[in-house]
Amino acid sequence: MKTDKEAMSRSSHSRQVRKSAYIGKSVPRLEDRPLVAGEGRFVGDMNLPHQLWARIVRSPHAAGRLLAVDTEAARTMPGIVAVWNSDDISDIPNIPFRATSIQGLGPYTQPILARDRVRYVGEPVAVVFADDPYLAEDAADAVFVDVDEDTKPILDARDEPGEFAPGASTEPVIINKGYGDVAKGFRTAHRIVELDLSVGRHSGIPMETRGALAEFDMVNEKLHLWGATKRPHWNRDRIAEMLDMSPAQVALHELHVGGGFGIRGELYPEDILVCVGAMRLRRPVKWIEDRREHMMAANHSREQHHLIRAAVDSDGHILAIDETLHHDQGAYVRTHGARVADMSIGLLLGPYAVPAYAARAHFRLTAKTPAATYRAPGRFEGSFVRERLMDAIAHELQLDPLELRRRNFIASSEMPYARNLSALETEVILDSGDYSGLLDKAKRFAGWEALKSEAAERRAKGKHVGVGLGYFVEKSGLGPSELVRMTVATDGSVEIVTGAASLGQGMETAIAQIAADTLGVDYSRCAVIHGDTDKIAFGWGAHASRVTVMTGEASRLAAEEVRIKALNMAAELLQCAPDGLFLDDGVVHHVESGASVSLAEVAKALEPASSQRGDRSPGLTAEAWFHNKHMNYPYGAHIALVCVDAETGHVKVERYFVSYDIGRAVNPSMIEGQILGGLSQGLGGALFEEFRYDDTGQPVSVTFADYLMVSAAEMPETAVQILQDAPSPLNPLGLKGSGEGGVTAAGATIATAIDDALQRPGLVRRLPVTPQYLLQRIAEYDAGQHDARQSDDLTGACE
Amino acid sequence: MSEKIEFSLKVNGTDFSIACPPRKTLADALREDCRLTGTHVGCEHGVCGACTVVVDGRAVRACLMFAVQAQGSEVRTVEGLAQNDVLSPLQQAFIDNHALQCGFCTPGFLMLINGAFERDPDICEDELTELLSSNLCRCTGYRNIARAVLQVADKLKARSELAVGKPS
Repeated sequence: MKTDKEAMSRSSHSRQVRKSAYIGKSVPRLEDRPLVAGEGRFVGDMNLPHQLWARIVRSPHAAGRLLAVDTEAARTMPGIVAVWNSDDISDIPNIPFRATSIQGLGPYTQPILARDRVRYVGEPVAVVFADDPYLAEDAADAVFVDVDEDTKPILDARDEPGEFAPGASTEPVIINKGYGDVAKGFRTAHRIVELDLSVGRHSGIPMETRGALAEFDMVNEKLHLWGATKRPHWNRDRIAEMLDMSPAQVALHELHVGGGFGIRGELYPEDILVCVGAMRLRRPVKWIEDRREHMMAANHSREQHHLIRAAVDSDGHILAIDETLHHDQGAYVRTHGARVADMSIGLLLGPYAVPAYAARAHFRLTAKTPAATYRAPGRFEGSFVRERLMDAIAHELQLDPLELRRRNFIASSEMPYARNLSALETEVILDSGDYSGLLDKAKRFAGWEALKSEAAERRAKGKHVGVGLGYFVEKSGLGPSELVRMTVATDGSVEIVTGAASLGQGMETAIAQIAADTLGVDYSRCAVIHGDTDKIAFGWGAHASRVTVMTGEASRLAAEEVRIKALNMAAELLQCAPDGLFLDDGVVHHVESGASVSLAEVAKALEPASSQRGDRSPGLTAEAWFHNKHMNYPYGAHIALVCVDAETGHVKVERYFVSYDIGRAVNPSMIEGQILGGLSQGLGGALFEEFRYDDTGQPVSVTFADYLMVSAAEMPETAVQILQDAPSPLNPLGLKGSGEGGVTAAGATIATAIDDALQRPGLVRRLPVTPQYLLQRIAEYDAGQHDARQSDDLTGACE
Repeated sequence: MSEKIEFSLKVNGTDFSIACPPRKTLADALREDCRLTGTHVGCEHGVCGACTVVVDGRAVRACLMFAVQAQGSEVRTVEGLAQNDVLSPLQQAFIDNHALQCGFCTPGFLMLINGAFERDPDICEDELTELLSSNLCRCTGYRNIARAVLQVADKLKARSELAVGKPS
């Protein structure tokens, strides 16, 4: 009999020699070659014969009664085929919701062209169709939009709600969540800590603007739309409903996608206009958004105001939290409904045990571009608020801020931990996590004590250097389901078809790795087909850090089934029993005899007319579903070292550390890439990015000169620690998502590091911390201190 | 304004006969008239750099130049980097260092760096940061782009070669 030790050494040996062990390896991406060669195919790169170009005419007014949209002059301009205002498409309904269970939002949906009123600058009011994009733009300039500015635009969600329409307030809903006896918590509190915090208006800003190309195939009476992504199947079904067609008559096709970040691939007015144009004008219609349009038309996000109160005991344990959120939705309720406001309060508590909680989200409309999700929606904001609160409690009780966090962490022994809260229409049940363990590892990884000493030494020399930590819990793997169809071709290559989507994140590689590892083939022989409604009947797309989890597990299940079928056929071909067979690198080996047969030959043997097939089903193929009712919850910590120039208010992020527990890392290099990219967006939101409006509602951040994103010069030296201490129990590989953890705690972390640099606890109350804001806050802070610091103490640049 | 003028554009060593209005940008002419869609348009106001191409040895924004202005110049685009299907060392380094995700900004970065290498292959890290801050990427956080460039710059120094992917 073999000893356990022998068996272990043998199995670890076979793992070592298995060529197809791809899970956990940083293999190069399958996507890259065409993209570096200039051979990518984005929607702007695609043209169809006789296509028209659409150009949207947008409202120059933030709020008012739409008196007329005069298209007469534009119609007669050269190259113009049609110019439509809302009268021309009055039969098309408003854009519906996909992501909310909250009722009563119907009156607030957006028409595809403004009717009766305009509600934000950038709102589509007319569309021009022309032979040429330059001519379309000329004609769009000639459309006269007559607006009576009969009301003052509401530009702050904290203002008294107004009237959206007769009988409909600009506050469609107040969302309440909570549990426990909050009043008792506050009654028995040792201290109460209260903060008033704000986050500015940001968006994902993918480098590729939105675009669409539609063609109506008159022979088959089928509408095709290219440029789709994120939720192709849902969008197909809604387009079919809006245009009174069968879903079978509509096909959405995903091409290369130049970044999504939550905002891309939602159903927008422009998508519908392009489809209606193609159907009515009987020519393909192409629309490519320009950057200025993008800044005022694609979804905004983030803008929130939080009034949060915590009741704590003398040891710093939280007894209760009371939270009031004002969420600035912008002018209409788009496809997400009230989801971001809802999940902001549903996921606010992060890693901490909170015995009683009461939260209310005032979901309010304003005269700004409508808002929805942007990478880590509700969690970037919520982590800022929650971590600011933890720092404030620590300061109030004179406790070490990290020790305070540790005291309030949910213990790993309490997992799975039901929050008694909901988010994204699911129950929040933290599936796994060792929060305290990660805090230790993050501190060691960053060299926390050394960073603190370095900052103190530099401060002693007159520099304003500080260190901060932000802790967060993410969520990933949103269900409900995903389907994968996997087929081995007679050359041994593998096609994996999924209804998930790709926004450029590398999902083809990650899915190929899981499938290849399970099946036993070269991952580069796996082609992952995604985002095409004609290729697979169902799909839930790419969002909420779900693809590696949902499509990954469905792929593993399908690969397992294909492997069993392959071994069964190979056993007959090799005249042996299936359990002595081993499939690796596309070849089935008989371990004892050394005989082998390639997967290609096995696939040929399973062809319908093959004499070897016997009564097996034709084809080396399988379909598998993965269903999942609950999200899983990756978590991590960010640590930053910053230097503040007290004269200019400039904040330089010198070093940054991210520790992230992903459960199981499929491709560490790609996970690091997700975190670095997310971090650049998080730092943008923490320090630079903001959509500002003047007091008439004119947007003043509609170019890259005004909306400042992080460039290579602002991106700090960053180290990423990927941990696998808490695999998800919700799928066999233990997978969690990595799409958002680089963003989540960036605002929280930068805020606390700035406080530390300037030795002013609680200084930062809003994001982004622009130089102007910081200088103003320092003056305000110092004026409010009884020990009246001298403002002229604050000198010292970073260089 | 929409009357067409006829001229010739030399792109990656090939002459293209163009007939377009004088207001057409170089970026649009490359994409539509030369069918070289590797040059991407990200902002149309010269900030993001997705449309960066090399004109007479200098990296320029193809969205800020009229096509007709490139008449008589040597234009190089991302499509000209690989030779006989072999990627240039910089293209390969982008893949090896995971320096791209969605890939939309990638051609602009490749041409930006290429233009810089042609002028001075001996780039130091500070200069590199300044150079890379000319263009925007929303996916990678830039660190891996810098790694890719430094890897190639080291190789260039080692081999004393003067250019990456320059037509031989």
